[in-house]
Amino acid sequence: MTMVGVEAGAAYTKVAAFGGVYSNHRALAAAIEDARTRGAEAAICLGDLGAFGPNPDRVFPLLREHGIPVVRGNYDDSIARGLDDCQCGYTDPRDNHYARLSYQYTFRNTSPEHRQWMATFPEEIRFRLGDLDVLACHGSPRQTNEFLWESATPTHFLDKLADDFGADVIVGTHTGIHWTRSWGQRRAYVNVGALGRPANDGRTDVWYAFLEASGDALSVDFVPVRYDHEALAREMRDEELPEEFVETILTGWWTTCLEILPGKERAAGRF
Amino acid sequence: MGIELPRTSTRSTSVGPGADPIEAPTVELRALDQLWFQVAGTVCNLRCNHCFISCAPDNHSFWFMSREEVNEALDASVRLGVKEYYFTGGEPFMNREILGILEDTLALGPTTVLTNATLLPQRIVDALARLAADSPYTLELRVSIDGVTAEMNDAIRGEGSFARAIDAVGRLASAGFLPIITTMQTWPESETERILGHFRSVLAEVGYDRPRLKILPPLRIGAEAARDRGYDEFERVTPDMMTEYPAELLLCSGARLVTASGVWACPILLDYDSGRLADTLDEAAAVPAVLAEQACYTCWVNGAICSNTPGFAVDPA
Repeated sequence: MTMVGVEAGAAYTKVAAFGGVYSNHRALAAAIEDARTRGAEAAICLGDLGAFGPNPDRVFPLLREHGIPVVRGNYDDSIARGLDDCQCGYTDPRDNHYARLSYQYTFRNTSPEHRQWMATFPEEIRFRLGDLDVLACHGSPRQTNEFLWESATPTHFLDKLADDFGADVIVGTHTGIHWTRSWGQRRAYVNVGALGRPANDGRTDVWYAFLEASGDALSVDFVPVRYDHEALAREMRDEELPEEFVETILTGWWTTCLEILPGKERAAGRF
Repeated sequence: MGIELPRTSTRSTSVGPGADPIEAPTVELRALDQLWFQVAGTVCNLRCNHCFISCAPDNHSFWFMSREEVNEALDASVRLGVKEYYFTGGEPFMNREILGILEDTLALGPTTVLTNATLLPQRIVDALARLAADSPYTLELRVSIDGVTAEMNDAIRGEGSFARAIDAVGRLASAGFLPIITTMQTWPESETERILGHFRSVLAEVGYDRPRLKILPPLRIGAEAARDRGYDEFERVTPDMMTEYPAELLLCSGARLVTASGVWACPILLDYDSGRLADTLDEAAAVPAVLAEQACYTCWVNGAICSNTPGFAVDPA
């Protein structure tokens, strides 16, 4: 049975929101199936289809089969336009080394047809959830590659974004670690996490967000997705991706690209 | 949709005493993402010979900010939607109210303190750890150390400062912090790898085994101009240089510095009249920054070096 994609401007009560896929087609397939059995009326993906994982072209058929719309991530933007890097903004030489390996691999292995499709992804998708106006974006409504970490994002800053962009609920990804905060009568921010790699928590599960609203009451469930991560690791090794990436999939701890983490989030991880 | 990019224009500005007015570019505030506090004024327990604002025990050009003064700016910052807070000086831990100030700030958002780490006994480290644990927001300690040996560092920062700072880093690491170690690059580029490798091993010896390191380019003003060299005449930002330049790379497009004597465009320009924008934060948010000083050239070349991370990655298209 297929899932249905969120349509811009339409109204729902139960929506599944998927974050960065990073070529993890196995987790995406498992998440779609999980969301369907939980009764999601529709699903949306918040971008960054490639990076990190193996065989990027295997992600696209899943999204197309289920009609799941994608918000443009920085990675999608880079790959679609053939830019030199992923626009993650690393300055640490080690982080840059791994980011470059990952980007070059993904670029080489993404078909021209899929690159063309990525170029059509919108920067935001708005829809209704219960009585709430939802804005779905990749990083933040104002900048695709802006990191919104839980420990580094003040509530008054989120409130200003909600004012500036006319939304009750802002939904994003980009950091790879899920979190949510609500404030005022009907406002909330949800970082849906990522399907592409674990949340730097020592678990091999990856995460998505199941959003449900009744009137203006929003509930957010973060759903751990169990998938065949060992098969993904084998696929990564077959593709000769860095062993450091494979380690993350097998242990749940981030090993690279750590410089952008705030101290609080970084201290919670192993490296 | 997307961010509204800062606009640039030009303004005639006199640079230096008796200089002819030249056209200096100006940069409007895109959004007040970073609020800086000159919380210890220019008062510091050290007298580093590379300090770009020549802070010292007897430099009273700028005085300490009171908790009340900080709170006034914090109130304005909530209205303005500030994303992160930075405390600098001088040495912030010379301000007797610093722990209360940090408590107030950590109730609102992520907070970074730039410190020389020579005034961080266990009692203060424990208090900081409690503040960090009680806040949903991150408390970052950014420690300035300028060299991987006492010989190297102390020649710049003063005798005994290396040992005291390294010991404090060990205490911070034991308390669960991952301090950001900043070093001004006072060595040739070819030496960077060797120096950082040695630095990592020195930090590991005091128990800090996954250090966050940040290398800063030299700002050739203040004491540093005398230690090494000042700017060459061509090293300044002209209107032409801004025509194709993404102004959001510059700190002043997204930040302001509050002091006990008014609000400045950025922490680097403290000694310059052209850097002072207004009496209050609300007023200063509406006034464009003027890139009239040669230190602006360093920011133009390197981006907003004062931020913990490159805040705004720029769309390279």
